Order: sequence, then C-alpha cells, then structure tokens
Amino acid sequence: MTSDRRFPARLDLASGTVDMSHGAGGRAMAQLIGELFQRYLDHALLLQGNDQALFAPPPGRLVMSTDGHVISPLFFPGGDIGALAVHGTINDVAMAGARPLYLAAGFILEEGFPLADLERIVASMARAAKHAGVPVVTGDTKVVERGKGDGVFITTTAIGVVPEGLLISGDRATPGDAILVSGTLGDHGVAILSRREGLDFETAIESDSAALHELVADMVAAVPEIHCLRDPTRGGLATTLNELAHQSGVGMQIDESAIPIRPAVAAACELLGLDPLYVANEGKLIAICAPADARRLLQTMRAHPLGSAAAIIGEVVADPHRLVQMTTSLGGSRIVDWLAGEQLPRIC
Amino acid sequence: MKYIDEFRDQRLAQGLAAAIAAAVQPGREYRLMEFCGGHTHAIYRYGVQHLMPPNVRFIHGPGCPVCVLPMERIDQAIALASQHGVTLCTYGDLMRVPGSARKSLLKAKAEGADVRMIYSTQDALRIARAHPGLQVVLFAIGFETTTPPTAVALKQARAEGLSNFSVFCNHVLTPPALRAILSDAGPDGVRVDGILGPSHVSTLIGSQPYAFVPRDFGLPVVIAGFEPLDVMQSVLMLVSQLNAGRREVENQYTRAVTASGNRKAQALMAEVFRVRARFQWRGLGMLPDSALALADVYADLDAEQRFAVAPTPAREVSGCECPAILRGVKQPVDCALFGKPCTPENPMGACMVSSEGACAAYWSYGRLRAASATPDPR
Repeated sequence: MTSDRRFPARLDLASGTVDMSHGAGGRAMAQLIGELFQRYLDHALLLQGNDQALFAPPPGRLVMSTDGHVISPLFFPGGDIGALAVHGTINDVAMAGARPLYLAAGFILEEGFPLADLERIVASMARAAKHAGVPVVTGDTKVVERGKGDGVFITTTAIGVVPEGLLISGDRATPGDAILVSGTLGDHGVAILSRREGLDFETAIESDSAALHELVADMVAAVPEIHCLRDPTRGGLATTLNELAHQSGVGMQIDESAIPIRPAVAAACELLGLDPLYVANEGKLIAICAPADARRLLQTMRAHPLGSAAAIIGEVVADPHRLVQMTTSLGGSRIVDWLAGEQLPRIC
Repeated sequence: MKYIDEFRDQRLAQGLAAAIAAAVQPGREYRLMEFCGGHTHAIYRYGVQHLMPPNVRFIHGPGCPVCVLPMERIDQAIALASQHGVTLCTYGDLMRVPGSARKSLLKAKAEGADVRMIYSTQDALRIARAHPGLQVVLFAIGFETTTPPTAVALKQARAEGLSNFSVFCNHVLTPPALRAILSDAGPDGVRVDGILGPSHVSTLIGSQPYAFVPRDFGLPVVIAGFEPLDVMQSVLMLVSQLNAGRREVENQYTRAVTASGNRKAQALMAEVFRVRARFQWRGLGMLPDSALALADVYADLDAEQRFAVAPTPAREVSGCECPAILRGVKQPVDCALFGKPCTPENPMGACMVSSEGACAAYWSYGRLRAASATPDPR
C-alpha cells in the first residue's frame, strides 16, 4: 500500500486501539477506512469511496435481508464475528432460494478495541466474502465510548436475486411433506459455549459457520419445487421447526434417532444439561419438500460438502394445534416446544 | 455416548414395557411418586409415560430444588444482589424464578444488579479471587447432592483467606421432605402406592435413610437412577413388590448407590454445615430439621450474617397451585393458571421454571395428550 500524504504516521495495527476520532468523520476515520477496511475489502465499488454502491439489478425478483452480529467471544473455534457476519446474512438471503449478489457492512466499535483484533476480523470477513463470491460493496463505521459496546458489533445486509419459478416460503409446508436437515446439529452453539468465560471445557468441536448459497443453488436446481428452507440458528432445530409449523398452520412429526448429532456435541450437551435440539447452528439448513421429491433432494444435498451428513428427519402432519412432536430414541413420544428464554443449565 | 446410550436403548425399553404390562394386575392402580425432578425430566424427555400401561401413574414429587425454594429466599437473594458492591453467583435455573411482584434475578440483573450465572462453585471462587473489591456471594441451593461442592468451596475460601467470599445457604434435606409428604394423609393428602427414590442424593446419603418409609408408612421404595431405563426397571421392581405384598427399600441404582452412601462426603457435610431447626419449604410449609446452615466455625463466611438479610414475608401469586403440585396432590393441568397466564416464557410459579419442575416438564413434553389432535398412541 502506498503512503497517503494526508496521514504523516501509519495506523498502528500492532498495538493501537480504536478511539473516538475513528468514528468522528475526520482524518482519523479516513485513515482507518483506507489503511484497514479497504486494504481487505477491496471491491471496486467500495474503493470508489462513495457513501453508496451503485449497480444495475439483474433480471428477476430481488431479496434483501439484514442481520446484527453481537457474538461473544469474538473469536471461537471454527470462526469469528467477521466470517459469521458474512455467512449469517448470505444464508438468510439464500433461504429464499436466491443467489446472493452484494453485502453491506456496518461496524460499531467500542473505544479501546485493539486495532489488531479489528484487522483480524476484517481480514476474516474479506476471506469469507471472497470465498463465497459475494463482495462487501458499501459500509459504515461508528465508535461508541468505552463500556457502551462489547468490542465490536457488525450488522450486514445482503441483496440477492431469486431465479424464476421458485416459491420458497415458511408458510408452504403441507401435510405429507418430508423434513430434511443438511447435517449435524448443535456444533456452533457448543463451540461458542466451550469458550465462554467461566465455562472452560476442552472440545474439538468447531463452529459450522458457513455460507450455504451454493448448496441451496444445487438443491433448487435439482428440486425447484422445494416448499420451505430455513437455517436453524438461535433456538436451534426445535425453535425453527415450531416457527415453520406455526407459519404453515401444520404439525410436525420427527424421529429423534434420525437427527444427526455429533457424539461430542451430544456429550457436551449432556454435561451442561442442554438439549442439542435447541442449540444454535450457523451452517445448516432445514428443507421441506413434497414426499416424492425427498430422495432426490437428499441425494443432491449429500453430494455437496456442506450437506454430506444430510438426513430426512420427519414429516409434516395435519394438526390444528401446530405441535412439533418427536418419537424419542427410547420409543416414547413427546412435544418439542419453542425455546423459553435462554437455555439454562439444570442444577442436579 | 458410551455408558449413557446403553441406558436409553429402545429395544430394552420395549422389553421392560412388555414386562411391566405383563406384571400389573388389571383393576389395580399403581400410583408411583418419583421423588426427584431428574426422574420427572427423564419421564417427559423420553416419553416414558407412553410406554406404561394405563394403570401405572406417575405422581411428581417435590425433588426439584428450584421449585421448593420459598419465595422469600428469592426475594432475599434479589435484595442481596441489589446491594452495592455485591456480586451474586447463581446456578442458571434460579435466574428466572419469580419472587414477590414477579421479580426475578434475571430482571434484577437487567436493572443493574450484578448477578452472574455459574456452572460450578469453583466459578464463584474464581470471581472472588479475580475481584478482591467485590463481595462475592454464592447462592447455594440444592438437596444433599449439591452440598459437597459448596462445602469444598467454603474450605478453600477459608484456606486461602478469601475474605470477599460468602455463601447464602439454602441447602435442603431429602428424608424430612419425604416424611412430610407421606404424613400429609388427610383428605387433601397425597395417595401413593410406592416411591421411586432419589438417585444422586442417595449416592451421598445411601439407601438406609429411607428405612422409615416402609416402617412408618408401609410403602415400598426403589432407589432409581435418572436414565429412562433406570426409571422403567424401578417401576417394574415397585410393581413386583406391591404384587407380592412386600414393603422394602430396594436399590435399582446399584452402579452408584450403596446402603451407607459416601462416608467422606457425609463427614465433609458434618464439618461445614449444621442442621437448621426449621426451614420454610414451598408447598410443604415449615419443616423441622429439614435444611442446612453453615456450621458455627464458618459463620464468618455466612452471607446471612455478613449482610443484613431481612426476613420479608412473601405472597404467592393467587391461584398458583405450586404448593399442591409439589406435594403430588394436584397435577399441573389442575391449576387454573397452567398454560394460560403461566407458561415457561412467563412463569408465575417455580414449578414452571426449572426443566425439572412438574409444570414446565408437563408443558414442554407432556401436553401431547391434552392438546394434540393426533390420537393417543395407547
């Protein structure tokens, strides 16, 4: 990078920290953008230096989604807030069957936040965006006083285009439909928990944080008639199935022994008194389709690296009470309810 | 999970279900009280009730430590946490238990009280070491099972001279609670035919302390593990005792429980705690010799003595049937508040808070038969 005559000294990325001037709109902010953000996020539209990105929309229906990322800890096994902010919002757009086009990113930085950590986050974000093929084309930075933030919050917005002929929506589940998941559940939540302050346990589990739009592209190419797609993030599989059941006015019947869960995740949940069905995921999706399409969809998912552990876990049933019910591993039956509050550990 | 999945095996469950169905005498009702919330949770979590014949009924007992804690202790904990410079460390379950005026530790935290959720008493010690300027109070609750970790923390704090650490002690004892429930034989009293005895508690106290149940009340007891197959096997053992007219303390949970229990842990409890003359239980009232306080030699680490913890009379929410549900006299659906104003999102009584509480377990897992349009599998 060539030196900029406006700034006599380079930004101290090794030991410097964010201060209020980095959000004040003056030279310091320009330097932070130039020497840190634009160094990694280097799409032509962003480098133009305008307050907006100008582009012509492709033909088709546009979808748009936004997501705030406030995760703690900022760095965790298998990811960090930067990559997560890219994946999470791409996934929200992709769950309409869309091809994501562009991202916008808003940063809220806390005074005193180490620039080295910020550089790590922005570099990770750029890597994730490049890998996904969805560039960040506009952004914003604000700084709040020390104690008024938690290091860094990132809000990302994505825009995408839905191919003709697709109609994927949470209200389209129909009795008889098959329910599929794209892989093992609970990995992200357990990876995060393992690094929470005051909760140290050793685990090799990594977050599943990943952009799912290429998996979705394969799926809608094979089965354009998919009824519902949703990523089971906060609240996990159980909460997402309840959302879909509620939206579609149906019940669901799932089979506990068909739900893929890594033994290490099951063990960590056992130890902490958590139910893996309620633990968050960041690289998994739930798909609902007509029973005749289920096999083909499953095979397509399994052929993609992000869907290799996909499984059919149950079916949509008629139920005016919109309950999600599960045949337990023991052979009994129970309701799988919405998550109430935060999942709290049990005492004894 | 090795050594866990074996106790959740579907084929074995079917075998036990068939054995129980074959053993029960038609026309006879078997009302079995599972003492512990751990049992209640397993019964609902795995759908064990669905594997039982219709004349075997589970009556949920009071063994949910969060549920039996009286409201005034929650109020006192909130008052403690709200004192300037005090950090209250609590297990997660307790955060949402409503005290008076529906206030909980979670709400107090939102209003600025320093409340931290911990997984272990060691976490509270760590916070105390790291922040010498804070007064760290451990909100200690639970039956005998959770007393050794509290005792160890107290001994460590004493050995390290950790003067900013103290314990708000709410530990309670199992046998007096069981006796209180069985003594309540009036027209409103509970009617049970046998007891599924505590598992984790019994690893500590052993199976001997339950000898009074057959002797004084003529009821069989089977110490039962918390896995679903443990519960089912224990049901079979109780049914067999009842059919044969036997009234004994039997031990299903032999992989962990002995007759005399864990002597080392008992010695530790005796050193660090003393038995309170009386303690208020939610649902069971004031029970003599039913709870623990810190022994005199640890009085300086007793939060009740260090801080002004005033006894404040608390009022139960009107209409809340938690007390009767905790005694096994009523079922969650008998409560007018159940599922209407009182849900896990908005608990009015403690039974709706903990996943071990009868109401929360019934709400989350058991509404099936009450609400579902699909036919009952039985």
